[in-house]
Amino acid sequence: MSPPGSRPAHPRDTIARGPALAAPVSVDAAATGGAAGRPREPLPTTTPANQEATAAAPAAGIKARVQDFSFYYGPFQAVKNVSIGFAERAVTALIGPSGCGKTTLLRCFNRMHDLYPDTRYEGKIVLNPSGINIVDRRISPIEMRMRISMVFQKPNPFPKSIFENVAYGLRLRGVRSRRELADRVETALKGAALWGEVSDRLRKPAFALSGGQQQRLCIARALAVEPEIVLFDEPTSALDPIATSKIEELIHELRSRVTIIIVTHNMQQAARVSDFTAFMYLGEMVEVGRTDMMFQNPARPLTEQYISGRFG
Amino acid sequence: MNAISQQPGIASNAAVRASAAPVRQRSAIAGAMEKLIEFGLLLAALFSVAITAGIVFVLVSEAAPFFRTVPIGEFLTARLWTPLFAEPRYGIMPLLAGTLMTTGIALAVAMPVGTILAIWLSEFAPARVREIVKPVLEMLSAVPTVVFGYFAVMSVTPLLQKIDSDIPAFNMLSAGLVMGVMIVPYISSLSEDAMRSVPMLLREGSYAMGAGRLKTAIRVVFPAALSGIGAAYTLAVARAVGETMIVAIAAGQQPSLTVNPLDSAATITAFIVQVSLGDLPHGTIGYKSIFAAGFTLFVLTLGFNLVGAWLRRRFRQAY
Repeated sequence: MSPPGSRPAHPRDTIARGPALAAPVSVDAAATGGAAGRPREPLPTTTPANQEATAAAPAAGIKARVQDFSFYYGPFQAVKNVSIGFAERAVTALIGPSGCGKTTLLRCFNRMHDLYPDTRYEGKIVLNPSGINIVDRRISPIEMRMRISMVFQKPNPFPKSIFENVAYGLRLRGVRSRRELADRVETALKGAALWGEVSDRLRKPAFALSGGQQQRLCIARALAVEPEIVLFDEPTSALDPIATSKIEELIHELRSRVTIIIVTHNMQQAARVSDFTAFMYLGEMVEVGRTDMMFQNPARPLTEQYISGRFG
Repeated sequence: MNAISQQPGIASNAAVRASAAPVRQRSAIAGAMEKLIEFGLLLAALFSVAITAGIVFVLVSEAAPFFRTVPIGEFLTARLWTPLFAEPRYGIMPLLAGTLMTTGIALAVAMPVGTILAIWLSEFAPARVREIVKPVLEMLSAVPTVVFGYFAVMSVTPLLQKIDSDIPAFNMLSAGLVMGVMIVPYISSLSEDAMRSVPMLLREGSYAMGAGRLKTAIRVVFPAALSGIGAAYTLAVARAVGETMIVAIAAGQQPSLTVNPLDSAATITAFIVQVSLGDLPHGTIGYKSIFAAGFTLFVLTLGFNLVGAWLRRRFRQAY
């Protein structure tokens, strides 16, 4: 296994190049509206996330609840005492400048950090309805990964055929019947809007596909195992605009079927695909709310500055 | 090449103008140097090509008169190789069989052991253990092959004879086993490099699907590295086919067409050594026979390399 240094975009590398603000902005100061001298109206739909915030509308269920959660790379605290709920069957976008901890938080959901030494979770991420704490070290990370799928920044199909890529997770879960495999692979490829393009060449190597197709294949792979949550880590950052819009459409369609958490650098993307948005800054959760409200009328000056492109 | 653009820290136009003349001069010298270096590199490249061509030329030109005396058909089909006898026969088959048998035994040892070692080193061993084990393994290939040969005769053969006392003192099994040990590091080291260069992203993809370490290693990392692992196998085969001292010492020097690994037999390389050590007059047919044998060896290795190159292309993964 590679040393942890090979991990892409390590927060420690990027944090120094963070937003060019004069001083670290105190979230609490921002919350009172004093820091930027901007009067703050009470907004019931967007919540400053200093205590407990929920991305969910009251009616919707909470699929996962992050509670007083911190994460450490060695001595460096990348996620700082975050609390947030993720609505069931909805898309929640995590936004924020590079190094703000959004990808780090995302990778806690399937315990990816367990692959690297010297990492530490603190607090809870409760998965409903079972109430299991995802980051409890006594719980096998494999069990969590069986229930929570992930789509990565760059398409990473396995060196196998298109069919075997999608069947990979199913085989790991003990599906042996050829018929069932074929059915579920087809369903997953249809769900990822890829079936029409590959149905006649399922046995061809996945590397022969274009980048956008590879990413949709990875989405099919993630969907095939019928996960409870799908994590998207900047899924379009390596794709061209047309492939990007296909993936965005797909994510938008998927939200009626599965809980989605997506990390994105692209504010327009967050606005287009997500129901809820959570804004993180320097490891802290600044603001959480309905996407439309947050983009029209953010509760905090810092959020407003970020989404209007003044830093990050 | 624009030398000015390569000079950092030029502050103003005046400075540029002031330094323009020496820069132009320098760029002329740099241009000449560039040409010189290019020529040097070309020379180095041509040198290795010329040596290879020279080897092929010597092999072919010395083997050609041999084949004028001995028809190629007889060379390939006759079942005896006795070029030094009063009634000489020139059938390459016994030597070829010896070479293929010892190579086969060596690969049967080295491929599984080397591959498993590579998977363990790349995917399971803690970094500190790997940093010790890998160089130690590589030292194995620095041991002179004569030492391996005597190890086969003095240690491995007696061990085999303990199991079955009828085993002759010189046999292909012993030579093949020791040769296998010798080429393990070629396979393990190169395969490990290939597997470690598989991007972490691919492993993470597999782990994220719920796979464990072993499944990730076998089902994702191994196939992704197959092209590099194939290169390792090819090199190991070439090394085993061309290996001389171990087989000359431990397998015996009696050419015999046999499929029993416990028999003693000569390989192509062992024969070449044997003849070139003797006092065969230059220009005799017996002397020429070593070039015919060498040419066969060359064709054999070339064949393996071509197959290896084809396999590598076939399994190359673009991640």
